[in-house]
Amino acid sequence: MNARVLPLYATIAIFLIAYLICYIQFPAMLSTRVIGNLLTDNAYLGIVAVGMTVVILSGGIDLSVGSVIAFAGVFIAVLLRDTGMHPLVAFVLLLAVTTAFGAAMGGLIHILEMPPFIVTLAGMFLARGAAYMLTIDSVPIDHVFYDEVLQDAYWRMPGGGRLTLIGVLMLLSVLGGMILAHRTRFGTAVFALGGGQHTAGLMGVNVGRTTILIYAFSGFMAGLSGIVFSIYTGSGYPLATVGTELTAIATVVIGGTLLTGGSGFVFGTLIGVLTMGLIQTYIVFDGTLSSWWTKIAIGLLLLLFILLQKGLLHLGNRQRNRTA
Amino acid sequence: MLLTARDLTKTFPGTVALDGVRFDLKAGEVHALLGENGAGKSTLIKCLTGVYTRDAGEITLDGQPISPASTLEAQELGIGTVYQEVNLLPNLTVAENLTFGRQPTRFGMVSGRQMRAEAEEMLAGYGLDHVNVGRELGAYSVAVQQIVAIARAVALSGKVLILDEPTASLDARETETLFDVVRGLRERGLGIVFISHFLDQVYDLSDRLTVLRNGQHIVTAEASDLGRVDLIHHMLGHELEEAEGRKVGRKAGAELLCFDGLARRGKVEPFDLTVREGEVIGLAGLLGSGRTETADVLFGQTPPDRGTAKDGNGTVDLGSPRAAIAAGFGYAPEDRKTDGIIADLSVRENIALALQARRGWAKPIPRAEQRALAEKYIRALDIRTSDAEKAVGDLSGGNQQKVVLARWLAMNPRFLILDEPTRGIDVGAHAEILKLIGELTDEGMSILLISSEFDELIAASDRVIVVRDRAHVSELVGEEIETGRIIKAIASHEQGAAT
Repeated sequence: MNARVLPLYATIAIFLIAYLICYIQFPAMLSTRVIGNLLTDNAYLGIVAVGMTVVILSGGIDLSVGSVIAFAGVFIAVLLRDTGMHPLVAFVLLLAVTTAFGAAMGGLIHILEMPPFIVTLAGMFLARGAAYMLTIDSVPIDHVFYDEVLQDAYWRMPGGGRLTLIGVLMLLSVLGGMILAHRTRFGTAVFALGGGQHTAGLMGVNVGRTTILIYAFSGFMAGLSGIVFSIYTGSGYPLATVGTELTAIATVVIGGTLLTGGSGFVFGTLIGVLTMGLIQTYIVFDGTLSSWWTKIAIGLLLLLFILLQKGLLHLGNRQRNRTA
Repeated sequence: MLLTARDLTKTFPGTVALDGVRFDLKAGEVHALLGENGAGKSTLIKCLTGVYTRDAGEITLDGQPISPASTLEAQELGIGTVYQEVNLLPNLTVAENLTFGRQPTRFGMVSGRQMRAEAEEMLAGYGLDHVNVGRELGAYSVAVQQIVAIARAVALSGKVLILDEPTASLDARETETLFDVVRGLRERGLGIVFISHFLDQVYDLSDRLTVLRNGQHIVTAEASDLGRVDLIHHMLGHELEEAEGRKVGRKAGAELLCFDGLARRGKVEPFDLTVREGEVIGLAGLLGSGRTETADVLFGQTPPDRGTAKDGNGTVDLGSPRAAIAAGFGYAPEDRKTDGIIADLSVRENIALALQARRGWAKPIPRAEQRALAEKYIRALDIRTSDAEKAVGDLSGGNQQKVVLARWLAMNPRFLILDEPTRGIDVGAHAEILKLIGELTDEGMSILLISSEFDELIAASDRVIVVRDRAHVSELVGEEIETGRIIKAIASHEQGAAT
């Protein structure tokens, strides 16, 4: 079997087995309601994780996204409160800002040859600080368009589950990410950077342009995630989504993407997000478990996947020695 | 002429890397480029392929003057390069690597099927029918990757193919496969520049040879007109004055170590070596011939995968440098800047390093003891430093080398390997280090001395072992140790590695 897709299969298998265990214990968990909620509750995480997947595939990391989501919520809330702007215009403005922010970080990473960790760490503080500059309170979003269109749009699935607008947005993001990463020249360039920046350059990748585009894409997805989060919560709060960047990284790794870059699947990230959501749902169903068990389960899953990747690497080397 | 370079000059701060070099390449020939370290081979290649911009001179391709500013531009002009380290991406599929940058797209999306078809077409004729272009490149052997890299370079460029040590990590069978591919390309009318340290391979494959030395063009000749001995003379440029063997008639000590059939696949062929007490064994050979590889195997840096090592008490473990140190081995590597010293640490810390490692980090050597140790060796080896706390990076090359030596002497090893101990240090320090080698062996230490300077080997060694094409080919003792014989041993070829 191709060693490259093995982590993806492992992720899917673990998700299905976990779902089976949940179903045996709580048959009600196999319903479109639960699935609908799973998609809705994790929509913002899924969207930002797609951006993170592309960044990690290129061998980078983006620590700023959690703060950018919070900034996005506050930015929209304040804009809608203080001006008569239509939300859609605010969205366009916001996406322009976060995309430019990501592009700027990508530019710094390339031009100054700085590690993405440091540059995006600075970006994390900057975006969080910018959110605080706008407001220090939780600002409710009170707009007709929000109440009657965005938050109320859903399609009733058979069985009574609601497939919400933001859930659909997440699925579309994953689809878009899949096409971008696996079906375009840009995607190949991303994988090439993850395989080795110097070699990628020698093979004709425009390293600077690609790096900037990668972080711009992550910034765009973080902005989109912020919009979805504001629809989900109906407010903007500068202290929101602290640590979400790390959760996103965790879902990417659980989804079978190599943290060192160059190998992975966007679809795996979706499964990673759903696995995480599933654990949370289980804990809610159980009712007696503390929500901190989510963290423990995620920690164990991460460990498992890192070990799995090490093992696969070893297997791949052996395979090569055999063909050699 | 397909490609010509005239009066090519390239200067770096402090050195003239290329000094009016000329080079030409016909279509349908393999032209070998030869020279020792620092001869200017890679600078010439980098000027041809646009990595460097030349300071002066002219390059023409098909009669048109060219000035490539990047490897990509050189590629588009028709000059493709394949390096020793395969410059492809192991995490992408073979097809992606082959078509990279020109993947067929439909509606902006890469068409996987069309891409694989194109890749298979590109690989046709290279004897890689068993390769599945849909699998990632890293799943295949280096030889296959190398041929894929050639296929890509030929498809992209198609006029000039530069092979920079393509066989360095291939075994004999793989090399032959590669050579068949290269011969096929020669038939198709490509001009091929071939760089290799393996003389057998050079003579096996090349139509013409060009030798560079110290950034200057020395000779260009038909391969059939230039014998091996002459070639090596051109490469080394030795005046062939006989240095005097210092130790002629020295009595050999008791047997200390006995290495039997040690080898490491792809690094060094099986060799036997017996080390006597108080003896200096010289290791002579051209660059890339297996000198350093031998040292790496003996010190467990790349542990041997065959053979045994024994001393008076039984088997010696060469599984890791740690084990070798425990067995009383020491190794001062060739590139002291990257492998030997830690430039930011002080003289004292650098000297105490290996001793501390052997004691284990839980038992720190008291500072006073470290100081005493450092003072002792600063005096014994005459290390010129203001004091023991100075950072080693601030010392001169010769003194840095002495610090590396001091570190191992502090361990009191019985067998010390010195790889190019005098490279890049001034003449005075040079003589001091040679004198030191003599004193150490007088005290009973055994030393393996690796050097490109034949004079140095002749002056210091009791025995000289000649290495060629990763195998130990000859051993010279006492009176036999002279430049002429060493060169002959390097040039001889009874059993070619690539034939």
